[in-house]
Amino acid sequence: MAFFFEVLINGLLVGIMYSLVALGFALIYKASDVFNMAQGAMSLLAGLALVGFLEMSFPLWLALLCTVGVMIILAYSTVFFILKPLVARPPLMLFMATFGVMYLVEGIGQSIYGTQAKGLSIGIPEISFEIQGILLNTFDLTFAGLAAVLVAGLVWFFQKTRTGRALRAVSDDHEAALSVGIPLLKAWAVTWVIAGIVATVAGVAWGTRLGVQFSLGYIAFKALPVLIIGGIDSIPGAIIAGLIVGAGENLAEVFIGPYVGGGIQTFFPYLIALLVLYFKPYGLFGKEIIERV
Amino acid sequence: MFYRECGNYKDTYAKDMAIFPIPLDRYGFIVMLILALIVIPLIATDYWISSIMIPFYCFALSAFGLNILAGYAGQISIGHAAFMAVGAYASLILYGRYGIPLLPSILGGGIVSAAVGTFFGLPALRIKGFYLAISTLASQFIIQWVIVHWRWVSGGVFGTVEAPDMQIFGWALDTPVRKYYLALCIMILLITIGKNLVRGQLGRNWMAIRDMDYAAEIIGVNLYRDKLIAFAVSTFYAGIAGSLITFCYYGAANIEEFHVMVSFALIGMIIIGGLGTILGSFLGAGFFVLLPIAINQSLGAFMDVVPSDILSNIEAIIFGGLIVLFLIVEPYGMARLWHTIKDKMRLWPFPY
Repeated sequence: MAFFFEVLINGLLVGIMYSLVALGFALIYKASDVFNMAQGAMSLLAGLALVGFLEMSFPLWLALLCTVGVMIILAYSTVFFILKPLVARPPLMLFMATFGVMYLVEGIGQSIYGTQAKGLSIGIPEISFEIQGILLNTFDLTFAGLAAVLVAGLVWFFQKTRTGRALRAVSDDHEAALSVGIPLLKAWAVTWVIAGIVATVAGVAWGTRLGVQFSLGYIAFKALPVLIIGGIDSIPGAIIAGLIVGAGENLAEVFIGPYVGGGIQTFFPYLIALLVLYFKPYGLFGKEIIERV
Repeated sequence: MFYRECGNYKDTYAKDMAIFPIPLDRYGFIVMLILALIVIPLIATDYWISSIMIPFYCFALSAFGLNILAGYAGQISIGHAAFMAVGAYASLILYGRYGIPLLPSILGGGIVSAAVGTFFGLPALRIKGFYLAISTLASQFIIQWVIVHWRWVSGGVFGTVEAPDMQIFGWALDTPVRKYYLALCIMILLITIGKNLVRGQLGRNWMAIRDMDYAAEIIGVNLYRDKLIAFAVSTFYAGIAGSLITFCYYGAANIEEFHVMVSFALIGMIIIGGLGTILGSFLGAGFFVLLPIAINQSLGAFMDVVPSDILSNIEAIIFGGLIVLFLIVEPYGMARLWHTIKDKMRLWPFPY
């Protein structure tokens, strides 16, 4: 039984890191109806930039600050050079545009920082210890705590601050928000900056785990089922679905995997997602779209 | 001057229904056919034929398949490369292991792929939009996993099946030119069928679904049936394209050739080429196949050996930049540019 709980808890901890990536998607979708395929690439860029700054022997805090700076530049240039001309186009076009952004970010990031895999260490100790027979890891716990703080911060920001309220208005109805004087593009830029910061946290977390390399962009593929299970536009949904997916895939890999040859983590989240969507087509917490002809 | 409808009387139903009603279009099409069928095999080198023209035809076919689904029926699929893999493996197993003749094997690859594709299209009955787009990614990962882990399919750990020597009625397809003809003929046949599908009842149903599915349902389009047919047809094309590219170009089915990035590239192709046009599938595929070569050549002027990482980065930047550029400047892709040119030609030499 202790083994079961160990697998479960480690799955949940990984799940929180999936939620971090899914959160970036959900934020942007909520604010601008854009499904941002470039989120994984943004994490990759953040990881690459952080390693780059650390290699230039910046202290950690400065390197993190500069990385966030890079993400802010990315956010503003995406919104003003790419999304601004595409305002009021169908969502499909915006989705496709983020494909372009994905290629651009990957290409530019890797031409600056090179394509070889790099180690990233930001000085969080990785010590394993046992509580009642369950093996845990300080590194995972640190990032789980960090994610919790980040989510709490985001909730506070969206509920209590003026900017957060403006963003919620924009996500409810673009035109109504414009007509009461909320600058749409500015609101989008702020959202992309926030998503960039979330991507930085995710990039650092995953980069420390897996090393910073091209495949870091692929964690987005783990976050996508998380996103649709929770509902594309739901922040609490992203968190809960992340936990479900993390626990589910870890349990499946350990308990079902040996019978079918292993490696089922790559697609198991999608199976969960298909199952959930069969019963709830807009995810667990997604906004149901009522359509009229 | 020469390009106009004037004086071109449609006095029979056949003329009214013609695919190319304007004579100049017709002549242009015939010229293209002569180029593809006669001129290119005569003058092109083996390198051009086997590593540029054959992949170009195969990707064009696959892009057209995706275009049916995304451009005509409005259902995005981000897992299309996996269906190419299904077609490739199925036809190789039919041909190599069971000794079924080549053409029925390729057809069988398409049919198996269509069956799998219809299965993965089932979520489309219940969900749509981005939820559907992401759940099509499931097909990519599940199919990849099945091919790698099911020993009967892949025959080994690396998921590679060698293509045996090809024969049609005892006639060996061993030179690049003969493989070229195989790819070309199947491609022309399927595109002709596809063109007639999309301009008939079914195609119009698809377009109605794309434009507004609720409204389409109300005017009597059978939403579920037509969505599933769109998935079946589209994955059939992908399967055939996958088996052709494996037989004629790769020489062995390897799951790495049908990676998720290939699925993304297919989406990029139909955006750059033009959503919902046949010409666009060709332009997009041609662009995608020629781009790395063009970059290599132009960088080759400055350095002796172009490092592969720089090449792939520049490729990514140009590809991404062009996707964005086309969406901003010409959302209907290169095919629309051609359309604009035709409109200009119609009025030439008068300004309006």
